[in-house]
Amino acid sequence: MTPAAILRAGFRDQNPGLVQLLGLCPLLAVSTSLGNGIGLGLATMAVLIASNGLVALVGRSLPAEIRIAVFVLLIAALVTTVELALAAWLPGLHTALGIFLPLIVTNCLVLARAEAFASRQPVANALLDGFAMGGGFLVVLVALGSVREVLGRGSLGGDLHVLLGSGSTSGLHLFGEQHGFLLALLPPGAFILLGLGLAWRQARRVTAPAPAPGAAATSGMPGEATS
Amino acid sequence: MAARPERPARGITRAAVVLATVAVAAFGGVAVVHEATRERIAATERARELARFDQVLGGLLHDNDLLADTLTLRDPELLGTTAAITAYRARFHGQAVAIVLEPVAPDGYSGAIRLLIAVAPDGTVLGVSAASHHETPGLGDFIDARKSDWMQRFTGKSARNPAVSRWRVRKDGGDFDQYTGATITSRAVVGAVGRTLEFFARHRNELLGDELPAAPATIQP
Repeated sequence: MTPAAILRAGFRDQNPGLVQLLGLCPLLAVSTSLGNGIGLGLATMAVLIASNGLVALVGRSLPAEIRIAVFVLLIAALVTTVELALAAWLPGLHTALGIFLPLIVTNCLVLARAEAFASRQPVANALLDGFAMGGGFLVVLVALGSVREVLGRGSLGGDLHVLLGSGSTSGLHLFGEQHGFLLALLPPGAFILLGLGLAWRQARRVTAPAPAPGAAATSGMPGEATS
Repeated sequence: MAARPERPARGITRAAVVLATVAVAAFGGVAVVHEATRERIAATERARELARFDQVLGGLLHDNDLLADTLTLRDPELLGTTAAITAYRARFHGQAVAIVLEPVAPDGYSGAIRLLIAVAPDGTVLGVSAASHHETPGLGDFIDARKSDWMQRFTGKSARNPAVSRWRVRKDGGDFDQYTGATITSRAVVGAVGRTLEFFARHRNELLGDELPAAPATIQP
């Protein structure tokens, strides 16, 4: 696969959030603000890049019976590392992400990329795929987080200071929090907004010019929604 | 033919060795990171605890380590939980200047609300905040200091001011305005603060304790 094709797959054609529908649980639960979205997106991306790289290094030499077990071990170790690092250096973000940080382990996106892509590809491709898939996930998290924060709280980036250090920014305040649209912050709002995003993605695909035969396999119906 | 029965066994051994190697390597990696971040994590957790206390102490001057000067309390009736709770003592020049208690309001709208209450030696409230709760966002979360200053109405009150019978929301004939649309949450918090002050009034001397205790003291009425 060419680098451009890998990037296209991650950000657009096989976007984890809008096409493969992988890792929806953290996506919906954490995307209540721009800051949270960026935080979980970057943490997931870091784990994906590292796990893809490690898996590409060891993947092919592994006996088939223990391949998945080894991947799970590696991913679990990486997530623990990221969690400890965040607890030490960004405790505010660590608290905000809560249980969804250790639960990156169970984000099927990570294991899916390890098994379906990284274990059969050269290290460079696997790293790039981790970046592209993590980036695609990050983009959806950021979009959903921004919309939910603006609708629900009337602000944008109100908790970015958790990421950038206290006093660095207080974000954009559009209207008072008491006038916010509460539904946007609650789980049903997350589902409705993600649904609108999926509809937008589908509409674009339907109206787009027919893909080349080779690309058809990558733009099928959305995969099964899991985790 | 002779090699055939051996093959699966050899495969299993190899798989086990590889898996064990990866497990040890992964464990080692995590152990190194854990060791490298341990002190920093302990420091940030400490800072977070102390910041929580600052919220209710309102800048009260103290010179001791609150986290090291603690009491273990148990009073299901007044403190709202059958579990032991911790009280932290703030001192200035050895003299107790405040007790920080962590009681529970068990009857919130969505389960228990954990409160943090700082009480001055004369039994008046220095500050109240919600340590953790599951109240409905936009309705019951006015108890968060970030969302509203409703909690500040307790500052300066004590077990006898207002009288015990007035430690209720206005709807129930008390002295405290309930937050509009969240009477249950208001009632739970007002009740819990009142009971905590009652607990303080009953155990004032043990709580204030004049000497630094050698070991964490325990009060179990």
